[in-house]
Parts: sequence; C-alpha cells; structure tokens
Amino acid sequence: MRIAGQKLTGKLAAIYATVILITIVMLLPFAWMLSASLKLSSEVFVFPIEWIPSNPQWSNYVDIWTKIPLALFIYNTSKLTIIVTLMQLFTSSFAAYAFAKLHFPYKNALFLGYIATIAMPWQVYMVPQFLLMREFGLNNTHLALICLQAFTAFGVFLMRQFYMSIPTELCEAARIDGMNEYQIWAKIMLPLSKPALSTLTIFTFVTTWNDFLGPMIYLTKTELKTIQIGLRMFISQYSAEYGLIMAASVVALIPVLIVFLSLQRFFVEGVASSGIKG
Amino acid sequence: MAHSTIAAGDTPVPARRRKTVSKRRRRVQDALVAYSFIAPNFLGFAVFTLGPILFAFVLAFMHWDGSNAMSFAGLDNFWRLFEDKAFKDAFWNTIIYTVVSVPVTLACALGLAILLNHKILGRDFFRTAMFFPYVASLVAVAVVWNMIFNPEMGPVNMILYTLGLDPKNMPGWAADRHWAMVTVILFGVWKSMGYFMVIYLAGLQGINSELYEAADLDGANAWQKFLYVTVPQLGPTTFFVTVMLTIQSFKVFDQIYMITQGGPGTSTLVLVYHIYNEAFISWDLGYSSMIALVLFFLVLAVTVVQFRRQKED
Repeated sequence: MRIAGQKLTGKLAAIYATVILITIVMLLPFAWMLSASLKLSSEVFVFPIEWIPSNPQWSNYVDIWTKIPLALFIYNTSKLTIIVTLMQLFTSSFAAYAFAKLHFPYKNALFLGYIATIAMPWQVYMVPQFLLMREFGLNNTHLALICLQAFTAFGVFLMRQFYMSIPTELCEAARIDGMNEYQIWAKIMLPLSKPALSTLTIFTFVTTWNDFLGPMIYLTKTELKTIQIGLRMFISQYSAEYGLIMAASVVALIPVLIVFLSLQRFFVEGVASSGIKG
Repeated sequence: MAHSTIAAGDTPVPARRRKTVSKRRRRVQDALVAYSFIAPNFLGFAVFTLGPILFAFVLAFMHWDGSNAMSFAGLDNFWRLFEDKAFKDAFWNTIIYTVVSVPVTLACALGLAILLNHKILGRDFFRTAMFFPYVASLVAVAVVWNMIFNPEMGPVNMILYTLGLDPKNMPGWAADRHWAMVTVILFGVWKSMGYFMVIYLAGLQGINSELYEAADLDGANAWQKFLYVTVPQLGPTTFFVTVMLTIQSFKVFDQIYMITQGGPGTSTLVLVYHIYNEAFISWDLGYSSMIALVLFFLVLAVTVVQFRRQKED
C-alpha cells in the first residue's frame, strides 16, 4: 500500500496515527461546542457524550439573536476591525516606505522610537493611555479603540523589513521616469508588497476581532460592545443556558474561521517569515 | 536624496552657487516629503503609545484616584509592593505560569513541527487544524474550556470517572486552588502551540538536508539525528520562540479573566490582573502603574538577553 507516493511502513503508520490523534484532541473542544450548540441546556452535560444530537435544537441559533443584540455586536466588531485594519495598512506601509527608501534627518532616531516599543506590552501603559483617552472625551467611543490599535510599531516594522528587500534601483528608475515619491509608493511598492500586506491584514484582523481587554476597559455601554465582551456579558447573564451560550460562541467564531481559511496560505507563510508577534 | 547631478568643474561660479541653493531647497523638500509619509502613523503612535509610556513612568511615583488632584508619592508605591500580599502572589504566579507553560508549549510546538514536517497526506489540513485554536475567539473557546473541565458535570472528569478514578480525588480544575493554575496553563498551551509550530516548521525547512545524509553515513539513529543535528540547527529558532513565549506569558490576562477570575483566592492572580484590579476596580492609578513597571522590567530583562544573544550570533 502506498500513501503520498511513500511505502506504508511501520514508522509512517505511527506518524499518521499520532498526527490524527493530536488533531482530534486539538479540535475536540470545537466539536463539543458545535454539538452542544444544538442541544437543550439539560442535555449538554449528558454522559456518554451524544456527539450528533438526536433532536437538534436549531432554535438555539434563532433565539440568540433576540436574547442579546448579537447582530449589533457583530456589526460593531466588523466596523472596528475593518477601520483599524485599513488604517494600519495605510499608515504602516506609508511610513515604512520613508524608513526603507528615503533619506531624511532624524530617521534613525524616529525608527528607534518604534523599535524600542515593539516588545513593550500594551498592559504596561494601558492605564495612562486610558486616562489620556478619557481626557480627550473618547471613553465609551469606538474611536478610542481605533486610535489604540491603528498605529502600531509592529506594522511599521513588518512593512519596513519587507520594503528593505525590494531593490532600491526600482525606485530610482521610477524617479528618472518622472514619478514622484507618492506615485512610486502607490504604483511600485504597494503592488510588490502583497505578501507583507496580507500578513499584516491577518494579524490586525485577528487581534482586533479577538481583542478583549481593550473593549472591556473602554466600552461599558451595551450598544457599543464588541462580540467578545458582548458574548462575555451574555455568559454572565444566562450562565445556565448552555446550549444558547454555545450557539453564540459558534457564531462568534465563524467570521474568524472564514477569514482564516481563505487567507491561511498567506498566514502560515507570514508567521513563518516574519514571526514577530506573540 | 539629491537627484540633480552636480555640475561639471568648468561651470561658472554664479551657476554653481545657484546649484547649491537649489540643492539645499531640494533637500528640504525631500525631507518634507519623507515626513509626510511618516506623519500619519507617527502622530498617532506618539500620542497614543509613546506619550502614555512616558506618563506611566511618572504615574508610578504619584498618588492619584483619577478624579481628585494628583500628588507626588515619592517611593511610596514602590515600598508598597513589598507589603502587598496580592502583589507577591501575582508576581510568583506569573513566574510559575511562565516557567511551566514556556517549556511545555515549546516542546509541544517542536514535536508537532517535526511530525508535520514529514510528507504525509493532508499535511496542510493538519497544520491548519493545529493552528486554528490560536486565531479562535478567546471568549468562545474559554467558555467551552470551562464547560469541558467543569468539575461536577464536565466530560473530562466524566471520562476520568469511567476510567476508575475515585470521585474524591477528582481534580477540581478551575474551582480548586491546586488545579486552577494547571487549568489555565493547559488552555494556554493548547491555544498557542500551533502558532509556534509554524515558526518551528520554517526553522526545520532551513536545515540543510546534507547534514542528515552525513549523519546517516555515520550510522546515526533517528534519536541521535534529532539530538545532534535538529536541535543544534534549530538553536536560533528555539531562542526566538523562547523569548516570544516568555513575553507572552508575562502578560497573560484574558484567559485567566475568563476561566478563573484570578481565583480561587489568589491562586491564579497574575501581574496584569493585579494591574487591572488596582487601576479599574480600586482606582489606585499610581500603584497600578508601579506594578506595570515591574512587568516592564521583567520584559526588559528578557529583551536585553535577546539583544546580547543576537549580537553574539
């Protein structure tokens, strides 16, 4: 017997067995979540586990939209995520172009400012940042979270590293052809930097979508909440409605799953090549 | 960058002066263009990141409740660290969390990477599956974790029960002060090992296959090849992963907030949790910033080690 052009040896069989076993363990919580989301709360903890519910409660997926403003939470999160990602992509690639390809006074000092903070946990300065935002009247606004996440050292650093690898001769040739710097950025650098842009998109999307502490500190009004803290609120209000909680959790996972699966090729490459963010 | 070519030597003097003037103007113009590229990001970064960082260092030496007047505290907040039992617990819990979860995650990530570096059918699917917990919404997976590890009804304890474990010795997981830390560590390992696996996979692909061929010629077995080729060759990757994991563990918060709320008692209270409590529950902003500085110096120590190591390489 041959699999993937290799003879099925004992060693290979052992590898398959281990890999399949680990994958099952890794995915088991998701399977349990999906299964529980179709059960009555009283059935969720029945043991032995009935993986495929005999009497699926599809109504769980209808009820959650009326029990909490789930649609509003998803809208809020999508809005924040899209704005933050676009701003991050634009401002980072724009600044990175100058750091990689232009010469100007204080370039190294400014870049050092970014580098010095790249490893600085946000938790170190979240309190003064909150006080500043409050001073600006941004408490309980989405703008606070946008300001907090749209300008990161990580983004500038990632894009700058990529631009460094693009030959400077390309820019010089474009200058001789009469292009100005903005045109070079838009027509030459941006199209060439798709891998770095995809990596940054995915990182920013996932971080913003899944952010918990930020929205928890800044957003106390229900109508402003994101899916993460909305879900958290739902869990504390309906702590015994296991089926509904699981259905809401599945809904919260779906957008990330779609983005992840459609971009996962870039994601794996991006992590492997840049692997900076932890 | 100056683009105008410098005039040849026989150019008359006035023309040359004109050139230098225009060259200088050109240079100022170039700098302005460069700053216009940086400004959108840098202004936001300076106001919302650099400013608060500097403010954090000032705040740590102040008394402030956020509404009344701020007053200078000198080293009060610093000395308070030594009297604060919760801080002591939070500090050691953070260290324990780090010391346990870093090597475990690292070993799991390396093991997975080696397994999935084999050319097997469906390799991409397996990699994606292992990676998925890392991107999955934390609140959603943490609530599942709580249910699965529920001491009375959860499937994990049910399975342990069917395997014949005495109900009296059953782990209480998040509800038991001896098991709560284990529960959050298990969660952390499960959630992040796929991410570090990908970094290790990249490292493995960078190893020259001739080294393995040479080891084969010397008659090395699989374990020897792992020990004497793979591990040393992955040195830089392991170092990078260790630093990333350590920093990530120092700032752990979300999963603890979701799974144990720092409890029972203070058994899973960690530094960031203590910062959060002191700032947003007690409104003791100066003291919370002092705890934040402790976190900062922990991370700084790791970063300095990393920097030294990079210089050596």
